Formats: sequence, structure tokens, C-alpha cells
Amino acid sequence: MQLIYEKSIPGRSGVKLPASDVPTAGALPSALLRKESAGLPEISELDAVRHFTNLSRRNFSVDTNFYPLGSCTMKYNAKVLENSAALFAPFHPMTALLPGGEEFCQGTMGMLHELGGILAEITGMDEVTTQPLAGAHGEMTGVLLIAAYHAAKGNRAKKRYVVVPDSSHGTNPASAAIAGYEIITIPTAPYGDMDLELFKKAMNDEVAAVMMTCPNTLGLFNPHIKEIADIAHSHDALMYYDGANLNAIMGKVKPGDVGFDVIHVNLHKTFGTPHGGGGPGSGPVGVKKALIPFLPTPRIVKSDNGKLSLQTSNKGNIGRTANFFGNFGVMAKAYAYIIMLGKEGLIQVSEQAVLNANYIKAKLKDWYDLPYDMTCMHECVFSASKQAAQGVHAIDIAKFLIDRGYHPPTVYFPMIVKEAIMIEPTETESKATMDAFIEVMIEAARQAESDPGSFAAMPVTMPVTRLDETKAAREQNVCCLE
Amino acid sequence: MGYCPNTEKEQQEMLSAIGVQSVEGLFAAIPAALRAKSFDLQQGMSEFETYDRMKGVAGKNSSDILNFIGGGFYDHIIPAAVDHLSGRAEFYTAYTPYQPECSQGTLQALFEYQTAICRLTGLDVSNASLYDGATACAEAAMMSLRVTGRNRILVDACVSPFSREVLKTYLFNLDVEIVEIPPLDGSLDRAELGRLLDATVAGVIVQNPNFFGTVEDFTALADDIHAKGALLIASVYPIALGILKSPGEMGVDIAIGDGQSLGNPLSFGGPSFGFIAAKKSHIRNMPGRIVGETVDKNGKRGFVLTLQAREQHIKRHKATSNICSNQGLCALRGLIFLSTIGKTGLAEMATLNRDKAEYAKSRLASISGVKLLHSGPTFNEFTLLLPRSSTPVVSTLLKKGIAAGVPAGEYYNGLENALIVTVTEKRSKSEIDRLAQAIQEVLQCN
Repeated sequence: MQLIYEKSIPGRSGVKLPASDVPTAGALPSALLRKESAGLPEISELDAVRHFTNLSRRNFSVDTNFYPLGSCTMKYNAKVLENSAALFAPFHPMTALLPGGEEFCQGTMGMLHELGGILAEITGMDEVTTQPLAGAHGEMTGVLLIAAYHAAKGNRAKKRYVVVPDSSHGTNPASAAIAGYEIITIPTAPYGDMDLELFKKAMNDEVAAVMMTCPNTLGLFNPHIKEIADIAHSHDALMYYDGANLNAIMGKVKPGDVGFDVIHVNLHKTFGTPHGGGGPGSGPVGVKKALIPFLPTPRIVKSDNGKLSLQTSNKGNIGRTANFFGNFGVMAKAYAYIIMLGKEGLIQVSEQAVLNANYIKAKLKDWYDLPYDMTCMHECVFSASKQAAQGVHAIDIAKFLIDRGYHPPTVYFPMIVKEAIMIEPTETESKATMDAFIEVMIEAARQAESDPGSFAAMPVTMPVTRLDETKAAREQNVCCLE
Repeated sequence: MGYCPNTEKEQQEMLSAIGVQSVEGLFAAIPAALRAKSFDLQQGMSEFETYDRMKGVAGKNSSDILNFIGGGFYDHIIPAAVDHLSGRAEFYTAYTPYQPECSQGTLQALFEYQTAICRLTGLDVSNASLYDGATACAEAAMMSLRVTGRNRILVDACVSPFSREVLKTYLFNLDVEIVEIPPLDGSLDRAELGRLLDATVAGVIVQNPNFFGTVEDFTALADDIHAKGALLIASVYPIALGILKSPGEMGVDIAIGDGQSLGNPLSFGGPSFGFIAAKKSHIRNMPGRIVGETVDKNGKRGFVLTLQAREQHIKRHKATSNICSNQGLCALRGLIFLSTIGKTGLAEMATLNRDKAEYAKSRLASISGVKLLHSGPTFNEFTLLLPRSSTPVVSTLLKKGIAAGVPAGEYYNGLENALIVTVTEKRSKSEIDRLAQAIQEVLQCN
């Protein structure tokens, strides 16, 4: 398909601007002006509509295909959420920051405050900031809160390390490193969780925090989590909860109850907001009481008479983590999702997500290796090692699935599983959809035995076949030259 | 409820396939002592009641305020096609294009987005978006630390106070020194910068137009900064780039900014997107996703995520950034906006903004006792000096339904009388006249 720039015809335009009702201003000095207009497309509105509509048809998406991308919680995104967020489009964030401006923004500020309260209840935390703009942004905010906590105790220089299990999301060590910490990585034991003995050995008073995902990226709930938290706390290290897998445990476990001090929540995973082809997400961060003084500003506080106001003083806290109040539109969707589902609905979400994952696990375990064979939570991790022995790797099975109309599961993550295939069906998929997917996965396993050579050409049904990633990295053509 | 489709019967079939009696049996691995003791939430409701509740929430905000405020977010026109095309579910219910063959729609759109950002900024490479303009500023600063191996950042205090705060937040636990250069008449104090600039400086951050609205040329500055081995980082306003000299033309190394004004609604502050563009030599130090062009097995053009060895999912703690989810859909809106507005449209739109602002400037500066902070050129924002503190003036006018501007004294000592006024293409002459009339009346009152 042509690039939009290749459809450009000089002089064509897509939008008529309003006529000016003011005098023309004198020209700016030429030293301040660009020599030529930026080389943007010159196309009609219909050209643009056809271009982007046709581009959209070159995507798999939740609305068109089963999308069991593990760790990403690709659940159905209810349409009423889109309508709800649109209600807030006209509100300027600066209004709230003007003197006396809070009075005019009680609806939006109230919603953020209430959402924070609901997330605190779901996660067992004492207060939540809604400012972080994505999961990894929440992680960084959380680690900075931990850094501020230690600094306030005079321990900034002493607390140098953050501990992560080797099964963690890459964002955990990356966020801690960006925030100034060195990383200690603990291997996973054969029982599928962070090796408890190695963890005990690694812990010392220089550890600032332990970052855990629970259930972890193998989809397993760590029964030793309280013990791990107790050990961490005995060294004045704080427990960080990566909320990526919260979809498994709503109403079942509250991270705050089992020893976690800081948590981020991915609203775009657990709370039904769409993933947008890579974003926007939203990553609110919850903390226990001891960390409240360090929360980012502006902080929305509610007075006894129910009025919302902004606390902007940044004395002692970590300051702003983003321009304004977070990805408000995403939070409006998550808020609508939560009030619509309510208590019973959210519990049902977790139960059905876990049921669906275990069903797929049960149906496929005779066909694919299951390195950690125990009851999983909301996702299950297979290995294509059996197939790899025939020359058919996880990536080949992924391409087979594409040809059959399925978005592949996450492959090669977690890194501790060779040839990993991580399947997260979510609660919104029907048994019929999963049965069809299971059949195709079994067919892939059979074909890996009978005709392993056939996979190399896949996919054949897409606009392109397998792409040369080495050429892309070598040539670095990341923009179309004029 | 919960959009969970499976019937009781289907659930029973699934449970027997798994070999457990009940769904609760699947949670047996969680020790009883760790179970939630409470889950104190409201009962759920239908989507119709939900939407009514959401209308109620929105209804508690004032929706009829006449906006003359900016501060990083701007009230611009959004062509209807932006909502409709970005509202295609094939775009908005997909995720990061890890599997390129079934994600060519997102990948090609992001490649076209990167191209638009490169052409707007006059730089060689762009990533596929960051969170917002303020975090992009912090990412650019960290990029300059990596490129130079130094640990000192100079920031013009005319850069948005929000961006500067985020910068401090991001860097507070690192051994990095951030030095702010106080404004001189609403512009960069070049003499002070010259005094501070030495071989320990990694990056110098400026903004154009700056928080006061002042438009500057940093071309000569770029040479001085490069002579010391530092990088020039410029935060820019993409609508202004319809007419203003591009960062590339000025010799800027890294350009950043907020993409809200490109087709994203105000939406109480987000989501928008941050953009970052740089000279090609810095590509391996860029944060975030980058889409690259390549070919498939048959030689056909296609697009993939590239240089992923910079990223957290490969490099973990050695990654150039921790970013994973970005603001892809908002960047797509930016691309659709720029494609429909087009080459000449963006220049016209920028000119319209400046014409309206110049009219407002002359109207407001002619009010008795009101002056301009400085006489230098501006784009669609400018700073007035009122005869008294601007804070009560703004709060009084807000009660009359006019957001007259941002009181600079809230962010800068010694500028208590200053008022930063924004006028976009959406403000009519009569609305500007109404603002002038209202300010005049308030000033006469006391």
C-alpha cells in the first residue's frame, strides 16, 4: 500500500479553515520563520478516509480476532466506555490550576478522587495517585516514591539495590535503573516462583525495594509472598507490586493485605480500556500510609464538606510525574467500567479469566510442553521445545496462527522459558472461541510433526510475508525522505 | 455482567475438562490467610445507567468557559475525520505491533507519523511517541546524559514549569545537577547561559515559543553549545511549526513537545502524546518504540519495530528507557490531523493563530495601565503586565465565565502582575473583544 505522502498532489487540501475575522498581522522577522512549509501530505478528506480505513484493515484487533497476547490482558473493550470518555473532551486541565478554578472542575476532580478510592479498595492500599500515564510510568513513579521514602530517613546513599525475580517484566528492572538503582536478579526455582533460599541470601540492608509480579509472569500465585514481604521489611526494603496481572485476583487477594507497600495498576489491562495499538494506557499508583507524604502533586484532596481541591505544594514529595492529572480519558473509561461491573462483576472477571486460562492449559498440555505444570491463574505458559526439536519454533507456530486468523500469544516471554508461548485468553472469550483456537493449536502441533518444513513460508494470508528485521535495523529507514 | 459469555453449562464442561469441582478450586493455591477479608464496592449497573452516571459527572464541570488559557494544552479545531478514523476498532483495540504481518496498519501509520514529526521538526529520526510533552522533556535530558556521558543539565526557566518539575522528579535520585537559568524579560538570558556553559554540560533545554509566548531563534546558540560538546534540546509547539523556523534549521539536536494540539481533545489533560525527534547519529540512544521500513521475503515493502535492542523487553535494566506502552492512538490522531490539515493548511492555521493573538495583544495592551512584558515577537500566546496582581483578576473573570489567562506569578517570583494569554484560531474577534472589555472592567473596579 502506498504511503500517504506518495498520494500527495501539490495544491490539494483536506480541511477548509474558518475565515479570519481580524486584521492580518505584520510578518515575523525572517530569522524566526521556516524556509519552506513542512512536507505534510496534500490530500483530500476522502483520500485520507480511504487511506486510514484501508490501513486499519491490515490489523488484527480484539474486535476482529481472538487476541490471547499473554501479559497484555486483551479483553473486550465495551463500547459505552468510548461514549463516556467523549463527554469530557472539552475540559481544559489548566482551568483547575487557575486561582479559584477548582470550583469549575468538581466533576473531573471528583471522578479522579473516587477512582483513586476504588482502586485503593481493590488493591488494599491507603491512597492512590492517578497521575502516571502507563504501567511502566507507574513503576518508575513507585520506585521514585520508595527512593523519597528512604531519602527522608537519611538512607539515600545506603539504599542502592532493587531486587527483581528473573521472571519479571523487563520494565521492572528498567524502571528501577532509570530511577537510579542497581539491580539484583533472583532466579526462578523449579516450583515456578522466585527461589526463596537465594532471595534470603541476596537480601541485605542496602536493598531499597523488592519488585514482584503476583501472580507472576508464569501465571502462578506465589504462596510464600507474605514471607518474602516479611524478609524484605526486616531489611527496611519496601515491597513493590507490578499490577500487570491484577486481572486474576480481584476480590480474592488484596496486595496491600499480603505485605505490598506500593502498587501500580494497568487500567488498560484489568479495567477494560482499549490498548490503542500501543497506548494510551494509564498506570495509577497506590501506596501504604507511610508513603502518602511523597505522592506526586498536584494531589486531589476532598474536604469534609465534599469539595475537591488541589494540593500543589511540592515540599517533601516527588513533585510532578506528568503534565497534568494523568490520562484522564483513559481513567474515565476505567471508572465507567468499574461502576458498571460493580463488586460482583469484578469478582466474576477474575474467576472467569482464571477458568478460561486453565481450560486452555488443560486442553493443550498433551500437545505442548508445560514447564511449570500447576494450576495457573489468568494465563498459562507453554514451551514449543517439543516442536523446536523438529525445527518448528514458537515464532513459527505464531505465524501458523496468523494464517488461521488468530493473533498469536506472547512468544519468547518470560525469558526463563525456552520457546515460551504465553496464552492469556481473558474472561471475555467464549468456550466456542477457545475450542476453535485449541483445535488450531493442536493442528499446528500435528503439522510440526508431519510437515515441519511447511512453517517457514507462513504467514501467506497477510499483506506481507515474514519481514527482514536485520535490514530494518541496519538501514534505519525510520522516516520517508522528501 | 462483566462481559463474561460462558453459560453455567459451559463453565461446568470446562471445569470437568480441567478436573476441578468448582471455580473456587482454581484459587486453592492462595493460602486462606492471604485471602481478601473485604471487597467493599458498589453493586454494578447497566450500560445505560452507567452512561447517565458519567453524564452526571461531566455535568459537574463548567462547560461554557471562554478559554484564553494554554500552558501546554491548546483548544484547537479537530477535523471530524480524526475521531472517525482513529475510532476504527482495528486501530484502537489492537496493541503494540509485535507480530508485524498482522499489524501492518498500525506499523505503517506509525512510520507515517514518524515521517510527519521529522518533517515538522526538520530532524532525521523520530520514535513512535512518548507519554506527553513534559515526560518527553525528561527523556530528552536523559538521552543527552547518555550521549555525552556528562551529568549536568541547563534549563531555561522559560521552559514550561510543568516540564521542569517533571524533569526534576525523573532525575532526583540520580547524580545529576539541574541548573535553571532565570528568565530575562520573558526570554532566555543568553549572557547567563554563556557563563554557565562549559564542558560538564550534557544538554541545554529551551522552549519555542516559551511559556511566556516569546518566539526566539536559537541558531547562534546551537553553535556555542556544540562547541562545548553539549546537546541543544528544544521543546516546540507543533502548530507553531506551521510557520516558525524548525528545530532542524536552528541546529537543535533533540526536539520534543506535546502532541495534544494535533487532533487530541483537551480531555482534562490527557491522553495526548509526547514526540521526540533527533539527529540520526543519536538514534541508538532514543527512548521508546521505533518503526523501520524493510521488505518481506518477496521484496515487498513492509514495516517492523526496529532497534528493539535499546528497549526494556530485551535489555531490561540496560535499556535506554523503561517505556513500554506509549500513546500510539494519540499519535495516530496526530497523523490524521496533519494529513487532513495538510501542508498549506498547517501554515494557514498557524498564521490564523498569530493574527488572532496579535489582534488580542493590541486590544489588551491598549487598556489603561496594561503593558506587555516585553516587545519581542510572539505566536499565539503573550504576556501582559497588569497594574496589579493578576491572580484576583483571573479568579474574578473566571466567575464571569472567562478563563482570561494563566497568572505567571503562580510559577515565577516577581511576576505577580503578569498574565499569560492564549488565543487560538477558535476564538472569534467578538470573543476577544469580550475579554478586553471584561479585563478593563475588572481593572476599573478597584
